[in-house]
Amino acid sequence: MKLTGKEVAHVAGLARLEMSEGEMEKFAVQLNAILEFADKLNKLETKDILPTAHVLPLKNVFREDLVCPGLERKEALRNAPEEEEGMFRVPRVIE
Amino acid sequence: MSKYETVIGLEVHVELATATKIFCSCPTEFGKEPNTHVCPVCLGLPGSLPVLNKRVVEFAIKAGLALNCEIPRFAKFDRKNYFYPDLPKAYQISQYDLPIALNGYLEFELNGETKRVGITRVHLEEDAGKLVHSEFAGYSLADYNRTGVPLIEIVSEPDLRSPEEAKAYLEKLKSVIQYTGISDVKMEEGSLRCDANVSIMPAGSKEFGTRSEIKNMNSFKAVQRGLAYEVERQKEVLEAGGIVVQETRRWDEHKGITYAMRSKEEAHDYRYFPDPDLVPVMVEPVWVEEIRQSLPEMPDARRKRYISEWGLSEYDAEVITASKAMADFFEATLEEYHDAKAVANSLMGEILKHLNAQGIEIHETKLTPLHLAELLKLQAEGTISGKIAKTVFEEMFVSGKKPAEIVKEQGLVQISDEDAIAAIVAQVIADNPKSVEDFKAGTEKAIGFLVGQVMKISKGRANPEMANRLLREKLQ
Amino acid sequence: MLEEFTLAEALKRLGKREISALELTEAALRRIEAVDESVKAFVTVTSDEALAAATLMDAKRLSGEEMPPLAGIPMALKDNLCTKGVLTTCSSKILANFKPPYDATVVELLRAAGAVMLGKTNLDEFAMGSSTENSALFTTRNPWDLERVPGGSSGGSAAAVAADEVCFALGSDTGGSIRQPAAFCGVVGLKPTYGRVSRYGLIAFASSLDQIGPFTKDISDCAVVMNAIAGYDSRDTTSVPLASQDYTAQLSDGVKGLKIGVPKEYFAEGIDPDVRHAVQKALAVLVSLGAEAEEISLPHTDFGIPVYYLIAPAEASSNLARYDGVQYGYRAEADNLLEMYKKTRSRGFGSEVKRRIMLGTYALSSGYYDAYYLKALKVRTLIKQDFDEAFEKFDLILTPTTPSTAFKAGTVEDPLTMYLNDICTIPVNLAGLPALSMPCGFVNNLPVGLQLIGKPFAEATILRAAYAYEQHSGLAKKKPSLCGKGVPQDE
Repeated sequence: MKLTGKEVAHVAGLARLEMSEGEMEKFAVQLNAILEFADKLNKLETKDILPTAHVLPLKNVFREDLVCPGLERKEALRNAPEEEEGMFRVPRVIE
Repeated sequence: MSKYETVIGLEVHVELATATKIFCSCPTEFGKEPNTHVCPVCLGLPGSLPVLNKRVVEFAIKAGLALNCEIPRFAKFDRKNYFYPDLPKAYQISQYDLPIALNGYLEFELNGETKRVGITRVHLEEDAGKLVHSEFAGYSLADYNRTGVPLIEIVSEPDLRSPEEAKAYLEKLKSVIQYTGISDVKMEEGSLRCDANVSIMPAGSKEFGTRSEIKNMNSFKAVQRGLAYEVERQKEVLEAGGIVVQETRRWDEHKGITYAMRSKEEAHDYRYFPDPDLVPVMVEPVWVEEIRQSLPEMPDARRKRYISEWGLSEYDAEVITASKAMADFFEATLEEYHDAKAVANSLMGEILKHLNAQGIEIHETKLTPLHLAELLKLQAEGTISGKIAKTVFEEMFVSGKKPAEIVKEQGLVQISDEDAIAAIVAQVIADNPKSVEDFKAGTEKAIGFLVGQVMKISKGRANPEMANRLLREKLQ
Repeated sequence: MLEEFTLAEALKRLGKREISALELTEAALRRIEAVDESVKAFVTVTSDEALAAATLMDAKRLSGEEMPPLAGIPMALKDNLCTKGVLTTCSSKILANFKPPYDATVVELLRAAGAVMLGKTNLDEFAMGSSTENSALFTTRNPWDLERVPGGSSGGSAAAVAADEVCFALGSDTGGSIRQPAAFCGVVGLKPTYGRVSRYGLIAFASSLDQIGPFTKDISDCAVVMNAIAGYDSRDTTSVPLASQDYTAQLSDGVKGLKIGVPKEYFAEGIDPDVRHAVQKALAVLVSLGAEAEEISLPHTDFGIPVYYLIAPAEASSNLARYDGVQYGYRAEADNLLEMYKKTRSRGFGSEVKRRIMLGTYALSSGYYDAYYLKALKVRTLIKQDFDEAFEKFDLILTPTTPSTAFKAGTVEDPLTMYLNDICTIPVNLAGLPALSMPCGFVNNLPVGLQLIGKPFAEATILRAAYAYEQHSGLAKKKPSLCGKGVPQDE
């Protein structure tokens, strides 16, 4: 599975990353090497194998519907790069 | 016969009325001040982890059962990944391939016919925050109070064939969900939201056309209007030889149009995968049964019972059972006063008028079933007339006082003393010679005017039937 | 010297009032001042808080109150553990100014246990790496040879303990990030069973693999720290509701009759012969003490790395999406939102992090999910099954921790080559098992690590075998002299 530069650009876009052409090339090479290595997995027959999404056999972990104190607003905003009127300020979303 | 057939599917989001959010213990209660109902989990702070609220699952199963769905044994949560400032983790915890409920249906009446719409699935997800956009400066403000509020998404099959059907479906859906008690389903407050997928195809065709998604319809009426507009728009596109583009469009209530949302790059690739921070839910049949037992009588069953048990008409039963609160009120009133028709008329008339005007539900007034029963008794006894009853109602809605008390306080006892009315009748005849002449000349409605004058002088307290009778006798 | 005490020794002397907590902390601070310019283990040193906490512990003791189990013991925390009001950077530019408004559960537990936090330690950015060279801040050095790496990603914590800057430290392990640096730095490092220690407050890298664990100077110290941090936490859905136990109880029980499996795949070509030799000598010691050893096969071992490098980046790509400049951390100047996202993340993340995010995004993307992510999850089942079968017959599995000893900083450029460092440790995370690394010898004065893998929740068995070996080997006493041919320049 060879990744083209265009596909790398697409993936970068999905992940909200930007990079120069040169960096893109470099990433493409490295990613391809890793993916080729990962192709090893195709040697294995796994049709009837169930995927392990969780190593633990835990099920039905719940909590009760009870209110507990959260954070004070000033704590929530403490690390905000920009804030206004108690809200986090971000550059305008273009609809 | 229209050249085109309309195909509509609806995606309805319902906010669940649990005390706390789906994955943390913050209150779901509407918080006035922004960012005051938050914690590391719903803020998506680094290192935070979700823990599932059991009540949320119970409510979702309840909704699934009310919508005649299958409740699969095994459900899980998946991450839906995308970037937006109202989504703190840059992923929404939702359900992808193993939702809480599947394959149900909802039936509703429209124009005397019963229509059944398939419910594809009901799944759980967490709500996002709210963004406030500043018109002038180029920025937005984020409030995360709403982040993590539990939602169920109810997806219908594309079985609806007109905007009217869509509206009727929504009204029935709201009623059914309201009956379960899992949400107050108020579109005005955002606890019920609707997006639509709509397409058109040549009449008789088997293949659906390209659909567009319509968002931002904030009332049932808006849904109907928005869909109607979009159907016409699509027709125009096709008639002009163009093709309908698959896109998301926004309904503009003021302009009465839909417009394409500036779709940036490509369609979303949400890269769903099972959330590793949560474990699967095994829904035991015993639990499902318990929940099923806890469901109250649903609207359709209740409506049928009102027809058979209380002799209400189809229409009356439909109106009364549309809201659970109203149906409960009806039955409670009947315990004190057994004339079902009278109670129904009262509810559908004076009371519903007031509720609609105020935009409230019956349990939000101060009127009680006991007091309604008393009022109807007073009316039946002749102590007050129907007209006076209206005045008493106004007071009851607001003050919650007993009707007898109000009648006494405001001196509203109906005058049924013949002599008293005769005296007023005499005065009215004397004061209105023209109308008297008109009546004697054969104009029936002149008597209405004269009765009205009697009512006016008596400040509404005269017994109108008696006034009418005495006037006629006098004018013989 | 006070800073050289093990946790047990320190506790004993504190109990006898021979030393005070303040003296211990002051000694630690002096040591940090003396060596950390060379070792560079610490991102943040919290001297004021430490002195205050130590003073408090002394006052408590003086008033006759019952003392919590780690009262006055100096410790450090990997900088991906949330500490309320204290910088938590994950050694990344994107969190360079981040102060969490809450403590991780393990931090709360250690505070309650009376431990004194001396500071936060360096790591590979967002725990992605095997040398700590991926830290966006600076590179930590191996106290045994300052030109070499301490291992990663918990290099700072491992080095801090090896250099006697603190008594113990916490790290996190996703593919070997506790065990490998423990091996490189000649200290004890334990990765508990997945679900044994709460992840609440651990800044996530790969959620289904991450676990927090201790670095200590010897085995009994490790048991003591485990007592403090292990246990159920209702704030972590993946936390196991198993009663925790006293990990010190069985330490001296010996290894008679203990069955040890020795997987041939872990002693194959890719492993340095000197490393292999040291590990085999250690095995011989355990056998001489009464354990039974047998060669076994874990046939899917070789698939561990490709599986890991699909699952971990996939989860990471999602876990790291929240670093978008909106609520906290670095935010780039931009005219619109999209630009802000891209610039913030591109400038805020280092290359390795970006590489893994891209890899993970790709593995989950439309059209590739089945071929990559899903496939990896299936092979993970096979790897886990290998261990399950082995553990039907055996109590422990013994392997080298790493294929080589610590390498020189700046010498491994190729990502894939770096990934191969984790060949012995990764399968353990995939199976969710507990595993420990401890010193078992030296090659050219560089420590070699022995790995003991146990059944789920059988940390006590691992510690018991480890203790027996350690008593015999005496290696816990050996300390680095902090030498090196000058301090190489940072990038």
